[in-house]
Amino acid sequence: MSESAHSPQSALVAAGQPQISRRGRAARIWRVLRKAPPTAWFGLVVIGVYLFAAVFAPLLAPYSETELVGGAFEPWGGQFLLGTDQLGRDMLSRLIYGARNTVGIAFLTTMLSFLLGGALGLVAAISGGWLDQVLGRSVDVLMSIPQLIFALVLLSIVGSSVVNLIVIIAVLDSTRVFRLSRSVAQGVVVMDYVEAARLRGEKLPWIMRREILPNIMPPLVAEFGLRFCFVFLTISALSFLGLGIQPPTADWGSMVRDNAALITYGDVTPLLPAGAIALLTVAVNFVVDWFLHKTSGLRE
Amino acid sequence: MNPVVRTILQRLGLGIGTLLVVSIIISLAIEMLPGDFARAVLGQSATPETVAAFQREVGLDRSPVVRYFEWMGGVLRGDFGESYASAGSLAGHRRLVADMIGPRLLNTLFLAGVAALVAVPLALFLGIMAALHRNSILDRGVNVVSLVSISSPEFFLAYILIMFLAVKLPIFVSLASISPSMSVLERLYVIALPAITLVLVIVAHMMRMTRAAIINLLASPYIEMGRLKGARPMQIILRHALPNAWAPIANVVALNLAYLVVGVVVVEVVFTYPGIGQLMVDAVSKRDLPVVQGCALVFAATYILLNLIADIVTIASNPRLLHPR
Amino acid sequence: MSETAKPSAGTRTKGDVLLEIRDLQIEGESDEVWRPIVRGVDLTLKRGEVLGLIGESGAGKSTIGLAAMGYARGGCRFSGGSVVFDGIDLRAVSDEARRKLRGSRIAYVAQSAAASFNPAHRLMDQTVEAELREGIRNRTEAEKDAIELYRRLRLPNPEEIGFRYPHQVSGGQLQRAMTAMAMTCRPDLIIFDEPTTALDVTTQVEVLAAIRDIVDQFHTAAIYITHDLAVVAQMADRIKVLRYGKSVEEAPTREMLANPREEYTRSLWSVRKLGKQEQPGGEPILQVKNVTAAYGNTVRVLNDVTVTVPRGRTVAVVGESGSGKSTLARVITGLLPPIEGQVVFDGQALPPALKERAQDTLRRIQMIYQMPDTALNPRQTVYEAIGRPLEFYRGLSGAKKEARIVELLNLIEMDESYVDRLPGELSGGQKQRICIARALAAEPELIICDEVTSALDQIVQEGILQLLMRLQRELGVSYLFITHDIATVRAISDEIVVMFQGRVVQQGPKSRVLSPPHPPYTELLLSSVPEMDPDWLTNLLARRKAQPAAVKAGDY
Repeated sequence: MSESAHSPQSALVAAGQPQISRRGRAARIWRVLRKAPPTAWFGLVVIGVYLFAAVFAPLLAPYSETELVGGAFEPWGGQFLLGTDQLGRDMLSRLIYGARNTVGIAFLTTMLSFLLGGALGLVAAISGGWLDQVLGRSVDVLMSIPQLIFALVLLSIVGSSVVNLIVIIAVLDSTRVFRLSRSVAQGVVVMDYVEAARLRGEKLPWIMRREILPNIMPPLVAEFGLRFCFVFLTISALSFLGLGIQPPTADWGSMVRDNAALITYGDVTPLLPAGAIALLTVAVNFVVDWFLHKTSGLRE
Repeated sequence: MNPVVRTILQRLGLGIGTLLVVSIIISLAIEMLPGDFARAVLGQSATPETVAAFQREVGLDRSPVVRYFEWMGGVLRGDFGESYASAGSLAGHRRLVADMIGPRLLNTLFLAGVAALVAVPLALFLGIMAALHRNSILDRGVNVVSLVSISSPEFFLAYILIMFLAVKLPIFVSLASISPSMSVLERLYVIALPAITLVLVIVAHMMRMTRAAIINLLASPYIEMGRLKGARPMQIILRHALPNAWAPIANVVALNLAYLVVGVVVVEVVFTYPGIGQLMVDAVSKRDLPVVQGCALVFAATYILLNLIADIVTIASNPRLLHPR
Repeated sequence: MSETAKPSAGTRTKGDVLLEIRDLQIEGESDEVWRPIVRGVDLTLKRGEVLGLIGESGAGKSTIGLAAMGYARGGCRFSGGSVVFDGIDLRAVSDEARRKLRGSRIAYVAQSAAASFNPAHRLMDQTVEAELREGIRNRTEAEKDAIELYRRLRLPNPEEIGFRYPHQVSGGQLQRAMTAMAMTCRPDLIIFDEPTTALDVTTQVEVLAAIRDIVDQFHTAAIYITHDLAVVAQMADRIKVLRYGKSVEEAPTREMLANPREEYTRSLWSVRKLGKQEQPGGEPILQVKNVTAAYGNTVRVLNDVTVTVPRGRTVAVVGESGSGKSTLARVITGLLPPIEGQVVFDGQALPPALKERAQDTLRRIQMIYQMPDTALNPRQTVYEAIGRPLEFYRGLSGAKKEARIVELLNLIEMDESYVDRLPGELSGGQKQRICIARALAAEPELIICDEVTSALDQIVQEGILQLLMRLQRELGVSYLFITHDIATVRAISDEIVVMFQGRVVQQGPKSRVLSPPHPPYTELLLSSVPEMDPDWLTNLLARRKAQPAAVKAGDY
């Protein structure tokens, strides 16, 4: 759309604005937040609560995550607010610790996946040529096997442990990060300001850090949220299948599996950890949606 | 050669090539086995002799290249090897992986097929409606519901359905056990809950992607031109948008059917449905590699095939290829 | 339906009012705030009359053009005023009534025909769509009529071109096909929205001539939207100048050209009045010797090109798209090593590839780009953008660097209040000035200017060109100035290189290249540049008819 009110706006801009100081930025963020839709607020609050639970789990939880404190499947109320699990461990405590374990592991995995996929994607986009071809083809092949299936194959070989889980999921998931960061970076690499930097004689690391990275952050941040959800759901699914995070670590996916029998008696307890997973994913999605809307709006 | 045919053949070649590479990766996986693998399979009580016998039988003493060609040759004849569950066992009854996969694959295809038959038309309809009435109450409502649905793990949806539709209101059954003697109607009744779970997940994903693809399409200058030419809203959709929509829609459908193939694993476990997903999960926990390999190959092939079909639709609906300069 | 079916011209009365727009107000949404785009514009158009709407980007011309069809784009809305077409109040009637008018009585020709034709249908099916829908003709007659229109618009192979798909037809041809599509229902009014802006000048002439003829023949009223005064002078009976969504002035074409009342209107052709006294050449700073270059190993983009830039002078490289002029810049900067030939800078042959060149060599040749939007990193402040070359080439930092940045800002007629701005907070002209300052920070001897003014509005262009000329006088820097715009060439060059399809067609001092006799391509190029004379197109066509040009314009 060629026609927009560019000139009057730029005239306003030219009239001079106060400099943007650090405090100004904080105020600006607050102003943006205040205008955020209720869904985004809901998402932010939920994420905040989960973070709090994860950090202060030992203080919040009435019991330890592994200790057998009562009989199996004790009902809600009294000594055990949410009852006990199939071995007699406190359900509430395990839920709280789960925030630390499940979310923490998913977060670590996503970080690793971004470090790997993001770095390779940037390199592929900038250097192009055969390296780009080789990386691109390998990723194509890796992506032609469904991620969960590939993870199952690898886990059956190396066995389930937290470290194996993190590495396997991170590597498999980094293919998608690679694709995204490569395509976004390619959009930036063709920009004249990158060519200008190359003509100036700048070295690759400088160009990457100063010219490209700042411009691909918004889509990458949004993608981080979405990938986190995906990784989180994959790990939960694996744990639910008994192939992910191993006992006795409190983990939401395996807690559902271990207590699933209660469902047939009309007891909602096993739905709690499953709901905890869903709630966090919804919250992250809400925030990402809003963030995407915000940043794409700024670009136009 | 006609460029459409040529491009399709290229894609076909690429698909077969990918499948070959995938088969190599899957078979090489066995090379990365840790040393104590045999003991892990056979149990701690296994004697050194049984371990050695097991390794010989499995073929760990031969070169990986030879083993790959043997395995691949077998696969091409429909022979996926033997399950470790029988290897090295004294009972001596052998179980062929192909025999284990075959009937279960049919079951899985039945479940996935039923889910797809319901999900695809529903999702396309909802997605197109949401795109056409963007920012309406319908759009916003469908959006929030679908967001919640894609955010939930499959097992969450599955247990909620069990809770309400099998336990509190006993309309359906929570165990989807089927037997060869059942009629199609009986089977449909039994798999109702797993199918609904899959539909919920797939519809949400597919509807969101369809909506995005259609909105993207409607923003094209030629759609605006159609409006400025006075075309009726229905004509805009049927004449101006639809012929250009096949490719994006095919991609959305393929992507989600591929997702369905994966989603089926968890759902089969929840409902103890005797499909290939459950078989694979069992095999993984027993570290029964030939079965894992066979299942993985089947899943990967389905996945590649679906994407190939989407590619072909894209190629066959591209006017630049259909009518070269 | 009105008297549309007759294909013969002149059946309609001229003179009574066809379109009347009163106090039109339109708002556009950005960042959840509605801002006015059109602020109270009046417009009257009589039957058979062509009105030119002219203005810079953001003037609201397209928005007004669409409003004449009762249409507002997504993200825009009518907020006041009235649009009355042939007695019908377009804002008051139903959607259905408005829809029925579009295509049949009011038609639209878009700027980018390539994007506005549906890729999935043949041209013919799209051309006859509206008349079939309205039941004006049956299919056979409609196709016959369309072929007749293609012929009148001088499309090659009028019998067959309708059976092609949009991607099989060139841009200039598509633009004419779109005009044919607009014409099929013999509408009372056609909106032409910058129909030739995306085309090369030599192609533009043919499209302009074709559009003008057919509008004349069918006596159609038209609104012709453009930013180019010389173009609109050929097409319109009356011209209306717009700025910031308001009307600046309106007058019959000849009167407007001879006697513009407003300062702003005069500024619209100020670039054409700029002129530099040609300076004789001297010792060469840059010599491109027999360079041949290609992308990949297939298509040769440059063929045996030799160009010399004298120190302290401006050499303009002129050519249309595909002439290889931008590739020449890539060869000189080392981004594209040539297959044959060499680049000699200050007496020394440069290594062909960028990586092999010394930092100081890079410093001495700087580049300014066409799009200041993409040439500046949107995440870097003015301070960072100008400061980096200072620090990189000259090792400046702290107060010294800051002082030099302020100096450079003053040199480009800006001041230190801009140092903390991001590019998004600057206007197009200011951004281009920052790009100039960034190039100057390296203290270069040669600056390659790649179409540096073509993305800018007329007034801004003038400012940038004057700045560049002043800097040359003060600093003695040399320019290699790549452009497709002859007015710019006249304004700033000492020498001219004319390129066509990867070869140098002619080169020499400005006075010699611009005065006849010309080689055939130069002749075609120079004669195709619209002039501020309403009779220019008529005279040109008459002359070309008398003696057919040796080089045929881009109909491929």
